[in-house]
Amino acid sequence: MNMISIIFRREFANYFATPLAYIFVVIFLITNGIFTFELGGFYARGQADLLPFFSFHPWLYLFMVPALAMALWADERKSGTIELLLTLPINLHHAVLGKFAAAWALMGVALVLTFPIWVTVNYLGEPDNGVIAGAYIGSWLMSGGFLAIGSCMSATTKNSVIAFVLTVSLCFVFIVIGSPILLDSFPQWIPQFFVDSFAALGFLTHYDSVSKGVLDIRDILFFGVFIFAWLFASGVVIEIKKAN
Amino acid sequence: MIEISNLTKTFSDSVVLNNLSLVVEKGEVLGFLGPNGAGKSTTMRILTGFLSANKGTIKVNGQDLDSNAVDVKKMIGYLPEGAPSYGDMTVISFMKFIGEIRGYKGDELLERINYVLGLVDLQGVSLQAIETLSKGYKRRVGLAQAIIHDPQILLLDEPTDGLDPNQKQQVRALIKSLSKDKIVVISTHILEEVTSVCTRAVIISQGRIVADGTPAELESKSRYHNAVTIKLLRPYDISEDLLELKEEFSIETIGNSSGYCVVSEKGESLFTSISAIAYRKNWPIKEVFATRGQLEDVFSKLTQGAQ
Repeated sequence: MNMISIIFRREFANYFATPLAYIFVVIFLITNGIFTFELGGFYARGQADLLPFFSFHPWLYLFMVPALAMALWADERKSGTIELLLTLPINLHHAVLGKFAAAWALMGVALVLTFPIWVTVNYLGEPDNGVIAGAYIGSWLMSGGFLAIGSCMSATTKNSVIAFVLTVSLCFVFIVIGSPILLDSFPQWIPQFFVDSFAALGFLTHYDSVSKGVLDIRDILFFGVFIFAWLFASGVVIEIKKAN
Repeated sequence: MIEISNLTKTFSDSVVLNNLSLVVEKGEVLGFLGPNGAGKSTTMRILTGFLSANKGTIKVNGQDLDSNAVDVKKMIGYLPEGAPSYGDMTVISFMKFIGEIRGYKGDELLERINYVLGLVDLQGVSLQAIETLSKGYKRRVGLAQAIIHDPQILLLDEPTDGLDPNQKQQVRALIKSLSKDKIVVISTHILEEVTSVCTRAVIISQGRIVADGTPAELESKSRYHNAVTIKLLRPYDISEDLLELKEEFSIETIGNSSGYCVVSEKGESLFTSISAIAYRKNWPIKEVFATRGQLEDVFSKLTQGAQ
């Protein structure tokens, strides 16, 4: 645990030692604003909730999170620091978890900094703040899922641009898997059971209810297992690829 | 003590280490020599737990590397090839990170950092980002992180590569001063480094050990060991006069016909007898001296044979 926290602190501090964290957070907030107010019709809806805000998050994360994750391992391999890091008296999972946690924490910071919209909606009406809190947690969990994919993709290559493209593609797949457009296009003869289990892999299936404030233990479990699986895969990929 | 036994490592279809066994004792400064691609860095990487071998075992101070990787890594300080470090970080924050991982906290951590930065002469740049430093400084940052925990075993992969002659001197002096009661393994292809800092030299080629001994022992394997170099003021044929020698020898001319190198076929010292002849025959001598064997010579003889 101690090793994870040392690595976490280094990584997290490093985001702020470079302009990366600031640029990331600012762009995140601006795009969030555009999505919510321009595309989501926040005011026009006339409802005191943050649904337009949260419903765009999967699409926002599709590009923002891979940008954050792409350097996680690709840069370590490119600069050779992976050899330094992994010959320190730590285990591989300390490094995988520490790095992931730092990136996830930065996502958390970015999300927390969207608080003005929460203030706004509370000023304008009387929203259900429990729903909003649940949606925030759900959104953060989903960003963790995106990040875990990114961690694994970043480990596959020394080139962070390739890592970015791979992550965006995979995340896109996991977004559309649960979308109605895709699910409706299944032929009739496929048993509903298959369609359902297929849909259960998609982010939207789980995020939809969460963003409405329904924090189902199954959705939380889904993201938890999803993150764990991709981080485990990251470890395997690093083990295979580190010497190349 | 490091005990490497029967280490074999293959990458896809090429054999990088071939049944390599080596024991290094406390107090030794081992120069690990070999042409590029001979397996030096791979051995270092396996020793530090970065890579795993296909076959063979490594024990460090009695502990098995495979089963106690973290404990073994604690005993080792390692400078990877090219001295990688996190360029965005300042020297001091990088050292803090390494120090914390090595288990130091609070005042003790700061003390260690100060001490080590003093050793490698980095205090002046401790607040600079590492990527803004020159190559020599970066290399010293790499050294500093390797020695912060006063490791019993120090593995340095090409520690002076790319440094200017003054920096090389400094780094070598530092290695010498650090080497008391430790095991130091230096991989290099700079042979003068071996003669100046190492107590033992191991030459590997194609993943096998082809020579192992003190630098002086290896030098004596050179064909030119104990050869006598003669430089004359004007052209003069010495070959007839040398027929008096009892030892078997061969003569090579150096440059024009006024320089010779007399090589004993059995490596005996010819200096005394040749200078006696020269005196008697009144050679027009400019200089006469006995040559020490050149490590370069031994190195290329041993490593080219295998290729």
